[in-house]
Amino acid sequence: MPKKVAIIGTGQTKHTARRTDVNIRELVNEAVTRALSDADVRLEEIDAIMIGNMEPFEGFMFPEHWSVEGWGGYLKPSVKFNTGGTVGTTTIAASYYYIAAGIYDTVLAIGFEKQSDGHTQTAITTVGDPVWERTMMAGAVGNFALMASTFIAEGGVTDEHAAKVAVKARHNGARNVNAHLQMPELKVDDVMKSELLSWPVRKLDMCPQSDGAVAVVLTADHLAKKRCPRPAWIRAVTTAHEQQYMGDSPKRLAVMRSQMVASRRLYKVVGITNPRKELDVAEIYEVASWAELAMYQNLGFCEPGEAGKLIDEGVTLMGGELPVNPSGGVLCTNPIGATAMIRVAEAALQVMGKAGAHQVPNVKTALATGYGGNAWTDAMILTASTN
Amino acid sequence: MAKPDDVIRVPFLMKMEYRYALGAYASRFFQELKDHGRLIGIRCPECQRVYIPPRPVCGICFAETGDWVPVSNEGVLVGATVVRLPFIDPMTGERRPVPYGMGIIRLDGASTAMYHFVDETDDAKLKVGRRVKARIRANRQGNMRDIECFELVD
Repeated sequence: MPKKVAIIGTGQTKHTARRTDVNIRELVNEAVTRALSDADVRLEEIDAIMIGNMEPFEGFMFPEHWSVEGWGGYLKPSVKFNTGGTVGTTTIAASYYYIAAGIYDTVLAIGFEKQSDGHTQTAITTVGDPVWERTMMAGAVGNFALMASTFIAEGGVTDEHAAKVAVKARHNGARNVNAHLQMPELKVDDVMKSELLSWPVRKLDMCPQSDGAVAVVLTADHLAKKRCPRPAWIRAVTTAHEQQYMGDSPKRLAVMRSQMVASRRLYKVVGITNPRKELDVAEIYEVASWAELAMYQNLGFCEPGEAGKLIDEGVTLMGGELPVNPSGGVLCTNPIGATAMIRVAEAALQVMGKAGAHQVPNVKTALATGYGGNAWTDAMILTASTN
Repeated sequence: MAKPDDVIRVPFLMKMEYRYALGAYASRFFQELKDHGRLIGIRCPECQRVYIPPRPVCGICFAETGDWVPVSNEGVLVGATVVRLPFIDPMTGERRPVPYGMGIIRLDGASTAMYHFVDETDDAKLKVGRRVKARIRANRQGNMRDIECFELVD
């Protein structure tokens, strides 16, 4: 039997466009110090450290080695991960597996990115296969625009629906002290009149580029109950990979096979048959407003073609039936190597009742997803109880 | 300690050269494109999907692919956009002139699609469902740029 695993503490930096006051080592140290303090755990009690990052953004190999003193890795067992956008959730998944397998009791997971040190759009291009895809790459924006165009062609979503998602994110982010973008006054009209980057994607439909770090303390059940009054239990974890090339799954936003498969696998493990009713909150990796709409249907929050209706009815707003991204999500904060782990940390905060001004009342079950590479999915479900 | 305004940023430009080996399947595709200006795919004997890029294994069936099959240089737009955001061209390091059209194109006879440039910058014309045709260069090198772009077909 695998051991039960819980999150007992989290720490984040105040995410922002340019942290020129710190280098990577100093940035990561802020999140780690906060997570250890939140969990009330000393570094000596951490058995191993899992650290994730996407090094093309910083432009040098092993930024985690260079910053090891900042994250407490000196002579400790540690593993570095890079799975692209999903790296934060992959790093949590690996931490979970180590504890569930009984190899370590307490693991510190870290994700970080310092986008301002490099050139984000150019680095993202290296995701594309150099022979087949890179020549025609147009950064994150052009690719998402193409994907969004396939989704719009299926019907049921409009610019206004996307703008409503963008507004929801920025209003939520304004209540999250760590969120990069804080736009409490943003209106739907502002989004629809923002600069057209690549139809249908406008400037305010896209995520920002952020500097930030996040750290999460995970531990086995015999320690979790002693260390934390209300831990967030990781009840189910999974990953699913798409085929290799972007054109292999042409409708890759409307039909995200990896996300559909991964989410259904989780729902089965915890016995969820109606995610919209049975999940209390979701923290999902939505890199653009259009992506969030597509994910509503791919994650089973609504039927295909009804994502626009979901945002129109306010189902995913704070106070709605299933609030999505109370933190403001990726649309407010995107330090890529940290982003997916921020989803998990935020889901954990909701379950632990520690989300402050962006707390959803009485969260018992939360979904967190990571998204990256060519439509790869990591996903997990966190709950307040162990069964 | 330095105040935030006093910190120093050091600029660094990194130029690296790579030479990617295509492998047997892509080499055959690009040789055919270079020598004859023709597009070919490879079929999975189990699910009958025709793949471009060609590959030795169908990821869905985990079966060894079989016959090479000709694929048309015409197809349909599955996705389309006009890129207006200035962007560094990864092949040259120079800023790519905007606007330019892009599409996700499913060629007739292929099950998969490809991303490529489309010679159209009018959002009203560049729409999903439109027919397109590859503009093959006269002077070909054996790479994706042998397809200069796609153009809308009336």
